[in-house]
Amino acid sequence: MATAATSPQHGTGQRPRRRRRTLAPYVLIAPALLLFAAFMGVPILYALFLSTQGLRIVDEGVFGIRDEVFVGLANYAEILTDGAFWAGFGRLALYGLIAVPLTLGLALLFALLLDHGASRAKRFTRTAIFIPYAIPGVVASLMWGFMYLPSTSPFSHLTRELGLGSIPFLDGGAIYPSLANIAIWGGTGFNMIIIYTSLRGIPAELCDAARIDGCTEWQIAWRIKVPLVAPALVLTGLFALIGTLQVYGEPTMLSSMTTEISQTWVPLMHIYRDGFIRDDLPMAAAGSVFLAVGTLLVSLALLKATQRRAFGGFK
Amino acid sequence: MTDHQAARRAPGTPRRPGALPTAILLIGAFYSLIPVAWIVVAATKTNAQLFSTFTFQPGTGLLDNLGDLFSYGEGQFSQWALNSLYYAGVGSLLCTLVSTAAGFAFAKYRFRGRAPLFYLILAGVLLPGMTLAIPQYIIMSEIGMVGTYWSVLLPGLISPFGIYLARVYAEASVPDATIESARIDGASEFRIFTSIGLPMMLPGMVTIFMLQFVGNWNNFLLPFIMLSDEDKYPINLGLYTLLSKGSGEPALYGIAIVGTAVSVIPLILLLLFLQRFWRLDLISGGLKG
Repeated sequence: MATAATSPQHGTGQRPRRRRRTLAPYVLIAPALLLFAAFMGVPILYALFLSTQGLRIVDEGVFGIRDEVFVGLANYAEILTDGAFWAGFGRLALYGLIAVPLTLGLALLFALLLDHGASRAKRFTRTAIFIPYAIPGVVASLMWGFMYLPSTSPFSHLTRELGLGSIPFLDGGAIYPSLANIAIWGGTGFNMIIIYTSLRGIPAELCDAARIDGCTEWQIAWRIKVPLVAPALVLTGLFALIGTLQVYGEPTMLSSMTTEISQTWVPLMHIYRDGFIRDDLPMAAAGSVFLAVGTLLVSLALLKATQRRAFGGFK
Repeated sequence: MTDHQAARRAPGTPRRPGALPTAILLIGAFYSLIPVAWIVVAATKTNAQLFSTFTFQPGTGLLDNLGDLFSYGEGQFSQWALNSLYYAGVGSLLCTLVSTAAGFAFAKYRFRGRAPLFYLILAGVLLPGMTLAIPQYIIMSEIGMVGTYWSVLLPGLISPFGIYLARVYAEASVPDATIESARIDGASEFRIFTSIGLPMMLPGMVTIFMLQFVGNWNNFLLPFIMLSDEDKYPINLGLYTLLSKGSGEPALYGIAIVGTAVSVIPLILLLLFLQRFWRLDLISGGLKG
């Protein structure tokens, strides 16, 4: 009770004021910081170091002894002049150009329709569209893979019945939309829910007022709702972009069903091959560092371009 | 069910304003459910039926398939399922606690280094987890942990996004006045966190748990590079192994299919159960800063 007199109540004050020194916050963040350092900080720093190392023949004798030595930026120079690595980025871009806009577009469309007063069966459709989120990407690839394989595909079964032959889902250029479809299927529901929760935060009076002023539902959706949920769109777009850059499991899974997907089909597969099939960890480290830094820069550029602070700082 | 509901709005009925939006939503639902329906039907087929009968026609081999699945490799499938539960369940539970504690501290205490530490963790959100897998492998191999359960479990304990969400949620749901009055009543800082912070943050914790659970359950590259002993594989990796062996042995396709069906159903049920508790508005709500 004695302290009550001396410590002033700051009713609505947003920031907690700490007069006495306490170790509590440090104790609370210690586990997170330790794990962050051990599994993010240290690995990144070590990867940076390792990416400057290389196996070179140090003893020019008959049996040349290979040893790890400092090679500067040679690994970066090598991987960045490797056509196969860049070809992976090219495939990634093509795949991303199909997957990202369609995922976000469908998510926005479904969210707006769920928010639309006249729609029916909302609970059922919302849950159904969200369900693929629970299914791991590689398992989704397996399910779709079987639905693509001519011998088990229900779609090809139908076209064969019609005398049109099987649909070549896994051949040639069709592999891009087929893979993108797996990402769209898996990602639409989660993004839809994020946009939908954001839409529900819009005050009803805003849309009512527009309706009274004679706006159509289409205009309300496009002119009022979409701009107001723009931060959610930026965030979902950002995650979709980061997700695209690290595509790995899906093409790896499908590669056992088609010859179209090579060992270096996307950058992460290229990096995996360097590290684990060629046993060149320094090269894999250089590739990882390049991909991580590239993703970071692209994300920051996206945030800057949209001029929105997606993540709140401290007030 | 979808067909039934679509049929209710057959061409005969007068045009209602909700017809088109509802139809589009139902198409979306149909698209989302069709692979799940396919895998469930395919799981009931014998290998011969799988490649001969129409795909949505149920077969007669469900019990045999389940028997084959659970006896494969002396019960390897059950082992994989347990491993997945362990990596995703235990990992996400610990991750949720770690994130909640850190988020609570960032939101409710002012301390030296608060802003720089928080921005450091935010940078981690933008860093793709997959590109970290290979550096994590390198570190694990330096300390001789590659191939152990720890090598997959430990990296799954840290989630920068979880810490960020916990901070947003603590700021919104734990009033400073409550903390202050507990402090006046003589509660220790530890009690304040366990008796006030944790209960108030429960819905946020469910959200973080669910996101991390799905993330850890989905992780493929990390166990793929860390583990070589098939008995330590999570379900994902086990199914992949079946499939890649399946190219030579078609019998394994059947096992992979029924295994997929068996692994997908509990996840869907968990999601349906938890979705009523979690707070996804956290993710979009935190954006207004």
